[in-house]
Amino acid sequence: MFYRLLSIVGRQRASPGWQNWSSARNSASAAEAHSMALPTQAQVVICGGGIMGTSVAYHLSKMGWKDIVLLEQGRLAAGSTRFCAGILSTARHLTIEQKMADYSNKLYHQLEQETGIQTGYTRTGSIFLAQTQDRLISLKRINARLNVIGIPSEIISPKKVAELHHLLNVHDLVGAMHVPEDAVVSSADVALALASAASQNGVQIYDRTSVLHVMVKKGQVTGVETDKGQIECQYFVNCAGQWAYELGLSNEEPVSIPLHACEHFYLLTRPLETPLQSSTPTIVDADGRIYIRNWQGGILSGGFEKNPKPIFTEGKNQLEIQNLQEDWDHFEPLLSSLLRRMPELETLEIMKLVNCPETFTPDMRCIMGESPAVQGYFVLAGMNSAGLSFGGGAGKYLAEWMVHGYPSENVWELDLKRFGALQSSRTFLRHRVMEVMPLMYDLKVPRWDFQTGRQLRTSPLYDRLDAQGARWMEKHGFERPKYFVPPDKDLLALEQSKTFYKPDWFDIVESEVKCCKEAVCVIDMSSFTKFEITSTGDQALEVLQYLFSNDLDVPVGHIVHTGMLNEGGGYENDCSIARLNKRSFFMISPTDQQVHCWAWLKKHMPEDSNLLLEDVTWKYTALNLIGPRAVDVLSELSYAPMTPDHFPSLFCKEMSVGYANGIRVMSMTHTGEPGFMLYIPIEYALHVYNEVMSVGQKYGIRNAGYYALRSLRIEKFFAFWGQDINNLTTPLECGRESRVKLEKICSSSLWWDHANHGRATEHRGKVLPSCYAACLEADLIRAGLESAKDITCSGPRLP
Amino acid sequence: MFGIFDGHGGHACAQAVSERLFYYVAVSLMSHQTLEHMEGAMESMKPLLPILHWLKHPGDSIYKDVTSVHLDHLRVYWQELLDLHMEMGLSIEEALMYSFQRLDSDISLEIQAPLEDEVTRNLSLQVAFSGATACMAHVDGIHLHVANAGDCRAILGVQEDNGMWSCLPLTRDHNAWNQAELSRLKREHPESEDRTIIMEDRLLGVLIPCRAFGDVQLKWSKELQRSVLERGFNTEALNIYQFTPPHYYTPPYLTAEPEVTYHRLRPQDKFLVLASDGLWDMLSNEDVVRLVVGHLTEADQHKTDLAQRPANLGLMQSLLLQRKASGLHEADQNAATRLIRHAIGNNEYGEMEAERLAAMLTLPEDLARMYRDDITVTVVYFNSESIGAYYKGG
Repeated sequence: MFYRLLSIVGRQRASPGWQNWSSARNSASAAEAHSMALPTQAQVVICGGGIMGTSVAYHLSKMGWKDIVLLEQGRLAAGSTRFCAGILSTARHLTIEQKMADYSNKLYHQLEQETGIQTGYTRTGSIFLAQTQDRLISLKRINARLNVIGIPSEIISPKKVAELHHLLNVHDLVGAMHVPEDAVVSSADVALALASAASQNGVQIYDRTSVLHVMVKKGQVTGVETDKGQIECQYFVNCAGQWAYELGLSNEEPVSIPLHACEHFYLLTRPLETPLQSSTPTIVDADGRIYIRNWQGGILSGGFEKNPKPIFTEGKNQLEIQNLQEDWDHFEPLLSSLLRRMPELETLEIMKLVNCPETFTPDMRCIMGESPAVQGYFVLAGMNSAGLSFGGGAGKYLAEWMVHGYPSENVWELDLKRFGALQSSRTFLRHRVMEVMPLMYDLKVPRWDFQTGRQLRTSPLYDRLDAQGARWMEKHGFERPKYFVPPDKDLLALEQSKTFYKPDWFDIVESEVKCCKEAVCVIDMSSFTKFEITSTGDQALEVLQYLFSNDLDVPVGHIVHTGMLNEGGGYENDCSIARLNKRSFFMISPTDQQVHCWAWLKKHMPEDSNLLLEDVTWKYTALNLIGPRAVDVLSELSYAPMTPDHFPSLFCKEMSVGYANGIRVMSMTHTGEPGFMLYIPIEYALHVYNEVMSVGQKYGIRNAGYYALRSLRIEKFFAFWGQDINNLTTPLECGRESRVKLEKICSSSLWWDHANHGRATEHRGKVLPSCYAACLEADLIRAGLESAKDITCSGPRLP
Repeated sequence: MFGIFDGHGGHACAQAVSERLFYYVAVSLMSHQTLEHMEGAMESMKPLLPILHWLKHPGDSIYKDVTSVHLDHLRVYWQELLDLHMEMGLSIEEALMYSFQRLDSDISLEIQAPLEDEVTRNLSLQVAFSGATACMAHVDGIHLHVANAGDCRAILGVQEDNGMWSCLPLTRDHNAWNQAELSRLKREHPESEDRTIIMEDRLLGVLIPCRAFGDVQLKWSKELQRSVLERGFNTEALNIYQFTPPHYYTPPYLTAEPEVTYHRLRPQDKFLVLASDGLWDMLSNEDVVRLVVGHLTEADQHKTDLAQRPANLGLMQSLLLQRKASGLHEADQNAATRLIRHAIGNNEYGEMEAERLAAMLTLPEDLARMYRDDITVTVVYFNSESIGAYYKGG
């Protein structure tokens, strides 16, 4: 079935490309897939001849790397690339995704000229329909973001929609967004054109060659084992699409690439009576869960249904590949939606229902970057059915990453290191992608939490907090309380709670914040990443002094706010470090930095058996006592004076709380409010929590959640790593000069030079508004808006 | 060959019988020559050709550890068959008859013989002290034999020429409601026991089926039971109910001897349903036939609908909506699933109730037995055309 399909669709759609392709091959000895023996070594081996693999090869070779081998198990541009619907859309939810799509658009546009291979690129534009006011708000947000990065788009009326596309029923629309420069293109031909150009630049391409596994020595890629022999290499790029997960696991040292495939259906029809023009815009009706594009005079229409069918959970399975059949019953809701949108199509003749599995990731963002476990192992996969739109840009960023050590844009949101081994369970992936796929077209409101794959990592207090009305969010698999619903209050059901306006929990968080300001609150912050660095001699201090921007040679018991900067002076990590004793340090970083931070430390720490880095996240339960009365609670529980005279700010001491000894008490709250963090060995967690709550009663103690914490931080201009600052933000740009020991790094580090040569001032102009925005955010939350970032982008456009 | 095995007092016996019985039947049916080949191969330690080709469900489990012991006993059986010097092997009826009884006696003997390996010994004990009813069908061309011991049941779904469906029971349940069984029991035991042999519709007041594998506590003499169990078995740990029922005077009370019926398949015989008593307690023979027929017609419809695909989108949509309305695409994957769904999901009016089904399936394990029996169903479809060809060809 699969193969029959391949030949039918392939011939119909890609045949012009193929013909040209062969002529191009004759004239330019282009990407002729080699049939000879594999080379024994190369600098880079890329696995996967789809749009991702060819794009990486194209960009690497453009950037001057020549010794590249691309391996494809079947034929070039088969797989998902072949069956992709061919829609290039720049309207994405993340700015980085929009940038990638924008670059892809420009790249594909000139590809035909560059390579002489027809790609079928047609600038059709696309129209995103809104059936509801909420959808319109969501489109307005995207529209504003597009405009900020210079992609033309506008919000249009239903009447205008009807003018742009005469087949559409617009009676139920409230508005739409028009993106005139979006395009359709044959993805297979794009991949072939990229391969051809890469091949002319020296990339060697071999098809019908499968990668069995990647050879690794001392955490470094050394070569690739294929069914046709071994290739030694320094870099390996996994662009294996839906097989990337399997390939990652096949290593001796597995590389976890969390993605999972779902079946995806689209319909092909014969041409209309008056064939549809090739410039007819693409329609996305997210409320109807469908997309519609013109296709050879007829239409191509598919969608993201509510009840997806996950596939290949147990890996590549011949039986499942053969069983990939058209499932009309499954397609019925989408078909009905199509006919509601375009009633005139009723008489249109069906050609085919195509079933082409697409890959999805746990957070609906693609996966790129270097493996934290194996150096030289790069990944580009998990496109959430936007492979064509991202292909060019993602390939470019990954190539830059490999050549320069980092991409030209901040791609943390897409970085493989945002995941760890904990997201690699097949069960988790299967369940999660069933939630992710419908989300493609669900309304995306701020602060949406995934409902599947939950309760994986929890604090020992989970049940206790849950019973007190905690509502939970998940970060890096860890359950964290958002806020606590008082017993007498009912919140809306999940589905109804989706809003762009003031959320129903607002008053709850407000009272929690108030309590933090006026009395005392306790927040379970166990999810924070905690490392311990110890050594026998002075190595720990030396390595930390080298890696961190602030001076860490402080007296024992002091806490330092600092971060690790990269060569460009940007923040790779934002953390607090407590000096436990002369030779050991305790490092606290944000939750989602667990993998990234570990990898960064491991990469830059010398191999020294006397230097020990340990992840102690699981060993401690962290309670944050925030508020003016925290002092009273703690001194009552420890019979020790906790006033600032005895326990100054940013100070750390092991002491007993209640009956439990060895609690690390730190006089900081991550919020700028007075109070203490308690790092409690987990077996004492429940005891300490109970004691704190019972003693705290008379001081008005209550539970609080992360939303309160967030609000407190924003009020004090505390930046969030990954959101407000990232690996392109220097300390100067975000007003953190005080956290840099200039004497220490002035001579060696680049960023200070940058600063002196005006880069900082140049950036200051850019960044200051966003700091200003951060302070605005507190007000905005009150207004029920998501984040200051949106506001600076969209300005007065938003309601 | 198809079989249904319904265990009681633990799953050990049913498991063992389900794995072993087919081998006994196969061996019984082998020609003298084949048996000699096998014996020769065994003697010279050569690999044996597989006796059976299994069609197992992926979820089916097997006892791997003990197969060598079982093979030894099977070998003893075929050696005895060899000694009988029968050129053509046994008739199917005889084969079924002997196989049932032979396997049961092997089960009973295995535990009396000293066994070295503790795992095997404990397992054999569990097998012997639990029980299983069995119903198996043997199909060879148009010859259908059904052997039954206990209260499983096999019925045929028959479609008459006028299109009407009816059912043809192929077995009789061996329980207290079967007059023939009652008189057999009374015949086999002294008149003084007439009142006590069946109490509360159970054999000796204990067991519902009157024929079964295993259950040596209803077969052995009290002395034998005691002597076997006193050989140092930890009966409690093995979860064996060691208890002699009252009025236990003239064992054996229980037999594994099957009742064998023969049916010559006709073109109007469309399918065979084998199922454990759990199904028959809930659904009548007629209900079962009706449900399987319903499933057949729906599956047909399902196929034909989309095979001739409507040409345009509008027609396709209305067809799909129709199918959705009739709940077609949610049809069970196979008729057996459908039978079970109805057996436990039907309310007192014979209608499917989704809530009831869900409730029954989510009962905690210890409560489930009070509300429903375990159910095993096999539905075998016959190809009427090839049966018809048999008749035409002579």
